Amino acid sequence: MKRLIASAIFFLALLGVWHALVLAKIWSPVLLPDPKLVGGYLLDAAKDGTLLQATLVTMKRLLLGYAIGIVIGLPLGLVTARFKFAEDTIGVLALGLQTLPSVCWVPLALIWFGQTEVAMLFVVIMGTLWSVIIATDNGVRNVPPIYARAARTMGAKPLYTLIRVVFPASLPFIVSGMKQGWAFAWRSLMAAEIYVTILTGFGLGHLLHYGRELNAMDQVIGVMFVIVVIGLLADKILFSPWERFLHRRWGTGKV
Amino acid sequence: MEAVAEELRQIAPAKLAVENVSKRFHTGQGITHALDEVSLQITEGEFVCLVGPSGCGKSTLLNIIAGLEEPDSGQVLSDGKPISEPGRDRMMMFQESALFPWLDVLGNVMFGLRLKPNLNDKERREVARFYLKLVGLEKSTRSNIHELSGGMKQRVALARALAPNPRVLLMDEPFAALDAMTREQLYGDIQTIWQARKKTILFVTHNVREAACLGDRVVLFSPHPGRIREEFRIDLPRPRDINSVELAGYSSAITRALKNYVSEEVAE
Repeated sequence: MKRLIASAIFFLALLGVWHALVLAKIWSPVLLPDPKLVGGYLLDAAKDGTLLQATLVTMKRLLLGYAIGIVIGLPLGLVTARFKFAEDTIGVLALGLQTLPSVCWVPLALIWFGQTEVAMLFVVIMGTLWSVIIATDNGVRNVPPIYARAARTMGAKPLYTLIRVVFPASLPFIVSGMKQGWAFAWRSLMAAEIYVTILTGFGLGHLLHYGRELNAMDQVIGVMFVIVVIGLLADKILFSPWERFLHRRWGTGKV
Repeated sequence: MEAVAEELRQIAPAKLAVENVSKRFHTGQGITHALDEVSLQITEGEFVCLVGPSGCGKSTLLNIIAGLEEPDSGQVLSDGKPISEPGRDRMMMFQESALFPWLDVLGNVMFGLRLKPNLNDKERREVARFYLKLVGLEKSTRSNIHELSGGMKQRVALARALAPNPRVLLMDEPFAALDAMTREQLYGDIQTIWQARKKTILFVTHNVREAACLGDRVVLFSPHPGRIREEFRIDLPRPRDINSVELAGYSSAITRALKNYVSEEVAE
């Protein structure tokens, strides 16, 4: 409760400063609209459904691409950690492509797939995949060999050991890799949506882009606010439960 | 219910025969003869301690019996059948508890049981609870592993090894990392459990007193190459107290022999 109050006071103060800056008339209201205006935009956009529509379009692209990236990335990471051949091929490829900022996939995706949903999906998958492969690979390599030995003495066969021992033992690494993959995917999707118009769906990035085209600063700031809130919610809903579980079980995270 | 009773039934401990087992390792410094033509007979339900300085191959022998490693030559028979891979009839305990941090205490003990067919989850839980009670941890079934002390961890590891009802228990310096007080307690407990559950136990240690306290027989190894040098039968009633005077007599005799073999090696 105390922490909630502290947070609330901080953000209210931030709004206060913003409002004061507007009142001080240092910048034109076109450049810095009043928080009330931004709130008004958000309310209107929420009422007429544009905001919800755009959020749904964006989230669908993100979640679908992210899920595909993980479903492909996890097994590939297990394979690269286990087999030298995979390490020297897929492993090296993943290491190289992970250094590529995922927004750099956008031009390629547009040429290959045109202005389509597939292009968006492709960008999100590329943002997720490589981090997940590398994190899984790294996690598997950090599993103490004694776990697998113990499992073997209890009669576990290699596949069972991989799924029931090696995989859960690597979870701390895998979850942080998934978190990184999420961040990369989210950023690249926003970049892609701002960059190009996809006729099949009008996402948050487009909303932001048209805010600029219309010189509507209240829309620009309003959409940015929504994007931040989605990022925060994703962290709390998708990752916090996992991280809490890991901290509780492993006894980490307490200083 | 019947399945649980069946699971907790006393099964006959196994007889082990180690026959001319040799094992070499290739290391950076050349070839290490971990075991050289080692033979050892262990009768059903016997508690045998393997003692020797590090590098004498006693842990390697345990791994071979567990089926985790293969000998270069020779073989190990369990009830007359050669051992080629790990099996639930032989469970192993390690120096580090090797418990799984992603599972709680009960989950860890149930891990080995999950690999057993013919049991449903409720029965597994019941069997696991029985063994946790046996090691005195019935109150900690839902604890996380990191919340346990070193001694408690080894108790959980013991329960996990006992749960699939093996006929042989292989223990690789299981108490080496514990403090003296905890160890003494466990010496008592392991003897009680051994008598209650009728297992053949092979116990590796470099602590001579510990070996004399626990073993029916103490087998002395010397390194480079790893060989069995001498055997001592410990004729003391159980449960034995690690601090008793009679025990001290045995352990000083074993220590003397051990020193002999080590100085012999230095002289060579």
